[in-house]
Amino acid sequence: MSAAGTSVEPLVRVEDVHTYYGKSHILHGVTLEVAPGEVVGLLGRNGVGKSTTLKTVMGLVQPSKGQVQFDGKVITGLPSHKLARLGIGYVPEDRRIFRLLTVMENLRTGLDRRGVTEEKKQALLDKVFAFFPVLAERRNQAGGTLSGGEQQMLAIARAMMLEPKIILLDEPTEGLMPRMVSQIRQIVEVLHREGVAILLVEQNVPLTLESSQRIYIMEKGCVRHTCAASDISVNDPVIKQYLGV
Amino acid sequence: MDAVVQFFQNFPFELLLIQTINGIVTGMILALVASGLTLIFGIMDVVNFAHGELFMLGAYVGVIVITATGSFWLALIIAALVIAILGAGIQIVTLRPLIGRDPLNTILVTFGFSLILQNYALWQFGPVARKISEPITTHFNLFYLEYPWYRLLIALLSASIIGAFWLFLKYGKFGIWIRATTQDRVMAQAMGIPVPWVFTGVFAIGAAMAATSGVLFAPLVGVNHTMGLDWVLKAFIVVVVGGMGNLGGSILAAIFISLLESYASIWVNPSQAVIVSFVVLILTLLFRPTGLFVPTPK
Amino acid sequence: MTRHDKIYWAGFCVIMALLIVAPIVLPEFWRRFLTEILIWGLLAMSSDLLIGYTGMISFGHSAFFGLGMYGAAAALLIVSPPNLWLAILFGLAGAAGAALFVAYFSTRLRDIYFAITTLIFSQIFYVIIFTWTPVTGGENGLIFTRPHFSIPFIYDVRFDSTIMHWFVLAVVTGSYLILRRVTQSPFGMVLQSIRENEARTRAIGYPVERYKIVSVMLSGLFAGLAGVLYAVQNEFASPDFVFFTTSGDTVIFNVMGGIGTLVGPIVGAGFFQLLRELMSRIFGDQFPYLIPLGFIFIAMIIFLPQGLLGFARRWLNR
Repeated sequence: MSAAGTSVEPLVRVEDVHTYYGKSHILHGVTLEVAPGEVVGLLGRNGVGKSTTLKTVMGLVQPSKGQVQFDGKVITGLPSHKLARLGIGYVPEDRRIFRLLTVMENLRTGLDRRGVTEEKKQALLDKVFAFFPVLAERRNQAGGTLSGGEQQMLAIARAMMLEPKIILLDEPTEGLMPRMVSQIRQIVEVLHREGVAILLVEQNVPLTLESSQRIYIMEKGCVRHTCAASDISVNDPVIKQYLGV
Repeated sequence: MDAVVQFFQNFPFELLLIQTINGIVTGMILALVASGLTLIFGIMDVVNFAHGELFMLGAYVGVIVITATGSFWLALIIAALVIAILGAGIQIVTLRPLIGRDPLNTILVTFGFSLILQNYALWQFGPVARKISEPITTHFNLFYLEYPWYRLLIALLSASIIGAFWLFLKYGKFGIWIRATTQDRVMAQAMGIPVPWVFTGVFAIGAAMAATSGVLFAPLVGVNHTMGLDWVLKAFIVVVVGGMGNLGGSILAAIFISLLESYASIWVNPSQAVIVSFVVLILTLLFRPTGLFVPTPK
Repeated sequence: MTRHDKIYWAGFCVIMALLIVAPIVLPEFWRRFLTEILIWGLLAMSSDLLIGYTGMISFGHSAFFGLGMYGAAAALLIVSPPNLWLAILFGLAGAAGAALFVAYFSTRLRDIYFAITTLIFSQIFYVIIFTWTPVTGGENGLIFTRPHFSIPFIYDVRFDSTIMHWFVLAVVTGSYLILRRVTQSPFGMVLQSIRENEARTRAIGYPVERYKIVSVMLSGLFAGLAGVLYAVQNEFASPDFVFFTTSGDTVIFNVMGGIGTLVGPIVGAGFFQLLRELMSRIFGDQFPYLIPLGFIFIAMIIFLPQGLLGFARRWLNR
């Protein structure tokens, strides 16, 4: 299952990336890989640079040093709309639904691409609405009027419209009710079964260990530990060291 | 009391009605100018100082095309296209490098363009105003006036352009891109929307709307190189009074202010009637700085 | 005195000496030319207090300049014999009135909104002056004669262009030193912190609006002073100078010379006027000099945002 050590060409490879916000140094040489179809968890306390890593992959912040590869090509410096078209879906931490756009219009932002036939569009919508029946119900409602959980679903559904090869999922269960959390877990499973890779940033350790094949643990802008998710348990001393309170 | 009675006895009701129609006509043109301005501001925080000059140059392109071909409607289309291309060029060459810098830089750059374009027009076309004849010269009787049908046509055309634009924003693919970008530039780009080109496109559309209004308005007063500043000032007022970046608010404010000015010019001369819109602006800033036609933010 | 201070004051003295000698050496045309650059420089410098230090771009400085002009005109036409100091007093009063009005309303707004409202307010003054013909002379403006330069009971001399130059130089230098002192004072520091972060400045407990009002007033007073000087120099007051283009020129001088430097705007004014004169000599009077100048202006915003002076300073410090 794991990518490390196998000969599979990684889908995403982050190589010694340094990122600054103004003068503060956030990432100090992060290196990680995600294989095609692999679910990788990225764990760590608040403020260690997990979200910044995702943003760097998405091209929303530019690394001052190091590079990001996607599908074997260097993508550092490309504008994020090109990355989205290449097949990177992004679900940000605060969801960032277009609040004044309806659910349908939110989905169309990812759907109205060149080379997508009407049948294809319908198929994608049908798939998403089958996952999230509530979105079908609310398709003409403004995004801002949805509940937190529904907005999270919409954010994931919206990213799925891009038919991405990988989805960058930033704290999808933050602030959600338990019922919603288990729904998110199912979605991750379904996406995994369909062959979509996921880079999952989470605070919820049990969920991450259960959903991922591999995990990385970050501290102070660096990757400190990596292993297969099955090799580690919630009570592992490594987890305690880097994530315990 | 007598004074009041006398005021109403002598009140020029016919004039009031005529001025209402006049106000709506200029209001619709102004709405067309201001929608472009407010759209550009709403999406990219750029206050386009050169908007009035695009209006003016549109009118001049109209003059040239009419002189060459004799067709007003062709002039309308060509002016819109030419000025849209000019607008796109300005945006790509000078505004795009400024994305991410203090938005005040953009007001300076567009101010520079307004100087250039205005002086170009003066140099190229001279100080004497050019006339365009109305495409429709028939009149109808309105009290003691022969009122030109063309004026009503302007209002109608402006309204339909704004209406068509609204539909485009609501249902068109590019329209959804524009609205998504206005709300969240970063997320829009992460969804694969080519935001830099959306900016260019919006600037071009705004420019085309200004040019169209320029051609429509030209038969009423003639075209000269200084007409831009009047319009951009009025459009600024409208955009602030309507709530910056708020399309519906701008349209209402355009009609509201034009009506007020139009009524005011029953009693004072038109160059002083402008002060009425200044007063509206001051009152708006004092009491509802977010805009007159915006629901109070919760 | 630090080394930096010494260099500064040495440079200051050299430039002052040159400017004092200039009218004696220069022919009449260039003498007047230089005087006018100083006056435009004062106007631009006054607006730098807002642009460069408080972070507010004013597109309405023509109003203050114009009211300074018309205030001086009023004093010179009403009071007989015309008195220079009264002209200055009236001009400053006029500019202060306009500045109070503009400051009260537009300091509620920030950034672009401030720029737009100052522009619109200045147009209000323009419309009033342009249409109130019985008082302001309307389109034609007002013409008057230059007062004597006098210090009561001590000294009284007719203004010729050399004395005019020295007088303008003295006023501009005085204004510069005052503005320099202001920007380095605690008050000036608060203005700069408003520019850097208005919300935080307010949070610390400074009444930001009051500071902004005072800075607009101060800026308006110096702009009005420039208007008085211009009126005295040219012996007329004209609505053209209340029009928006004057404000536009002011902003151009600032950007070209370098905002936030006080001296920069004077350099900018000089650069602009020299280029303009050069172009009209080479290409003729009809040449639309504002087209190339507009392009230079835009190129400077994009490639040289710190202006000529900022650029020179960086180049010297290399």
